Amino acid sequence: MADVAVVAFAQAPQERHTSGTTNGVEALVPVFEQLYAATGLTNRDIGFWCSGSSDYLSGRAFSFISALDAIGTFPPITESHVEADGAWALYEAWLKIKTGEVDTAIAYGFGKSSAGLLRRTLALQLDPYTVAPLWPDSISIAGLQARLGLDAGLWSERDMADVAVRSRRDAETNPNAQLQGSKDADELLAEPYFADPLRKHDCAPVTDGAAAIVLASAERAAEFTERPALITGIAHRIESSHLGGRDLTSSPSAAAAGAAAGVDGSRFDVAELHAPFTHQELILRSALGLDGDVRINPSGGPLAGNPMFAGGLTRIGEAANRIMSGEAGRALAHATSGPALQHNLVCVMEAAR
Amino acid sequence: MVTVPQSASAPLSAPIELSFDYTRSLGPTLSAFMTGLAERRILGARASDGRVFVPPAEFDPVTAQPLSDLVDIADEGSVVSWTWVGETLPGQPFDRPFAWAFIKLDGADTPLLHAVDVPTADAMTTGMRVRARWTDSPAGNINDIACFVPADGAAPATAAPAERVDPVEMITTPVQLSVQHSASMEETHYLQALEQGKLVGQRCPVCEKVYIPPRSACPTDGVPPGEYVELPDRGVVTTFCIVNVPFLGQRIKPPYVAAYVLLDGADIPFLHLILGCEASEVRMGMRVEAAWRPREEWGPTLQNIEYFRPTGEPDADYDSYKEHL
Repeated sequence: MADVAVVAFAQAPQERHTSGTTNGVEALVPVFEQLYAATGLTNRDIGFWCSGSSDYLSGRAFSFISALDAIGTFPPITESHVEADGAWALYEAWLKIKTGEVDTAIAYGFGKSSAGLLRRTLALQLDPYTVAPLWPDSISIAGLQARLGLDAGLWSERDMADVAVRSRRDAETNPNAQLQGSKDADELLAEPYFADPLRKHDCAPVTDGAAAIVLASAERAAEFTERPALITGIAHRIESSHLGGRDLTSSPSAAAAGAAAGVDGSRFDVAELHAPFTHQELILRSALGLDGDVRINPSGGPLAGNPMFAGGLTRIGEAANRIMSGEAGRALAHATSGPALQHNLVCVMEAAR
Repeated sequence: MVTVPQSASAPLSAPIELSFDYTRSLGPTLSAFMTGLAERRILGARASDGRVFVPPAEFDPVTAQPLSDLVDIADEGSVVSWTWVGETLPGQPFDRPFAWAFIKLDGADTPLLHAVDVPTADAMTTGMRVRARWTDSPAGNINDIACFVPADGAAPATAAPAERVDPVEMITTPVQLSVQHSASMEETHYLQALEQGKLVGQRCPVCEKVYIPPRSACPTDGVPPGEYVELPDRGVVTTFCIVNVPFLGQRIKPPYVAAYVLLDGADIPFLHLILGCEASEVRMGMRVEAAWRPREEWGPTLQNIEYFRPTGEPDADYDSYKEHL
């Protein structure tokens, strides 16, 4: 089956609040234009399109259909949609190229998180019978998870603050980041709790945004970029929807996805982890065996900007960019979905040889 | 309600409240759990690995077989994790600060997520003992447990078990979301022009087609739109249907005609009403013009046009609108 490579990535600026519609068109048009300029492709050349977005976020039915205006759909195109982060749209696009049916594809994701009250909207991804009727918000769920690890001695509030400091300082070199720069850990730890034991710095900000990636068969990838980021493994795994039945201090699904994607202890130069909360990065590093040598989230990661339904795809794009720019030879990207790291995708990329 | 922006750089924006009462049928496992709650009893499900799940898992996490071994669990247990809610959200058990907790009930192996009613976070500790406070009239849903309270040894307020009830086979779970809905800048321009009694479309710079309402990108070419174009308030019926069926929220008594109206100079029709003649007289190609409401009723909406009515002009040739069907 055909090998597949990332050949271009573009994203909208990550912002707390944009004035646009919830259908993503205004954000996506300039993103697609960047991809066309980078690759020389036009909208007519793309074999397959796949989007990730959510009607719960946009508050309207079939919002992804409106987003198709950003592509231009005559003559008709081949497209699909997932009600999930764009990373899962990329997974579908990867499969489409794997089968040999097409040799180019664009996966994109978009979300206007600011249109509603995000942490409340996310309560609706919980078990609808016994949990969602109580409306526990996403930050509270993360707080419960964080304390389990704190009480077990698996991490400390300082470990968590260190993740925030590193992320937001690294974001200073990312022109698209929403939050850049950070106080030092001592100062952060002096701040009040937001959802005890979480402080504001432990939580990803609420972000509007969009991102898109061009995939091509390895055969054609060199037409579009000098150093394609070859996808050597990609897999996703999910855990039970029974929150109490899971061990929330570890991530067996991330570990299983990593193993299936070829994470075997060999060295990575860089890893982009989709951890919307500081302690979740610590869980993922442990589950994926990423030790101190690996550069984690040099883009600043989700703690510097986390556009819903584009945040995971952005991790793949940022990791691929490190390969395409020559900074990295081997990179890991991770995307998550669901409460408390329920569903995890791992994508391993290498510089094409 | 629509907020009119002070400057042209801000799009029109308005809140929408979405709500729906989902009715959810329950399988045998959750039906037993909800029926138990209505009787002020908490049931767990024993899985093949020996663990007792509360709430009961419907399927065994190891073998994926349906779980049917349901056991009674205490309504008292220990907090295994907690977090503090300083600012509550609509739908949550309290509108004053409270704690969420994972509570491992005596007899269970997995913790249950619920609220704990204490005045401050200082009153919460991992390992503390808590007891369910039941609502006065349990109905067979998770909110029958109003919350948990510290189990300080005092007798529970609602010690008496409720009477046996008929099996609960359905629950209603209301969902309500507030969304701030924004029009695009192009739609904003269109809506503000309507407020002035004008119809404004936009021409794609590539295919030169005129869209009304204007869109943020040409759906054919995917490029941002070009110049705005003012269009007349008359055009042609491309296709139509006669509505004979009454429905909830209907504003006009059937029969009436809903039609696609293609304004002169536009390349896409929009849906509107045709009145001013018998429904049976409406036909494809019929020339129509807008019947505007009184000026003092105008707002940023196409409802300023109450309906379209026949002009009496000769019908348009089929060839002139066949591309727009």
